[in-house]
Amino acid sequence: MTLLITVFAAVIATVVWYNIGNKMSIGVLCFLFWGASIMWFVDAIFEYAELKADYFAPAAADMLNDAFLGLAVVALALVIWLIVLLIRDPKGTVRLSLRNMSK
Amino acid sequence: MACFLVSAAEAVVVTAVAAAQSKKEKKEAEAGNIDLSEGKTAVLPAEGQGHVPFVKKLKWLSYMLWGGAILLAFEHLWHGEVVPWFPFLTAMADPADAMEMFHEMATVGVTMAVLITVVWLIMVAVSNVLEKRELPEQSPEA
Repeated sequence: MTLLITVFAAVIATVVWYNIGNKMSIGVLCFLFWGASIMWFVDAIFEYAELKADYFAPAAADMLNDAFLGLAVVALALVIWLIVLLIRDPKGTVRLSLRNMSK
Repeated sequence: MACFLVSAAEAVVVTAVAAAQSKKEKKEAEAGNIDLSEGKTAVLPAEGQGHVPFVKKLKWLSYMLWGGAILLAFEHLWHGEVVPWFPFLTAMADPADAMEMFHEMATVGVTMAVLITVVWLIMVAVSNVLEKRELPEQSPEA
């Protein structure tokens, strides 16, 4: 479930990047999600090799926990991206507001 | 258990290489400007003219590795395999668990790092092909 949620997040981030370009440092978000998706994909392959068909029939409680984890991972990635965006400040909004505050 | 550490280690190395490469490319660019003033031509086309600098491509790899390592570290924290106090990895408390952890790092961790690197190599190869296609279109002769 975590892998699935991360892959969906990666696809959505990539579509957004394709539409608006890298104006908002969306590329960073794409790389974060794709990197995590690839790593969870490898994890899933190893788990599948161990559990075989049982891998596709998880307990409801495990699935709920994994879904909750997946959403938490997406939230963390968004926070990291937001920090990167504010530091890079491509539109100069942070610098402008700091300048206005100092007046 | 601690498979993300392999990618994190690779990310540290790639980030260091990217920083060194960035300095080198800046120096080369400065040297290129001097060469142009002496009537020579630049070796590489300027940025934004179909050429993606190698340091930028290295950053793609470092972002993927850091992203994967950070988000997987969070997953390990979620499952109680990573703790915010020494020795940070719960598996380190028991030698048998530690051996299992090292085995997981050597198998799952290495595969994760290798797959990310392979995906990055494919991205670089595709990017190089697109750059080569774009450059003749931009030159006035083509």
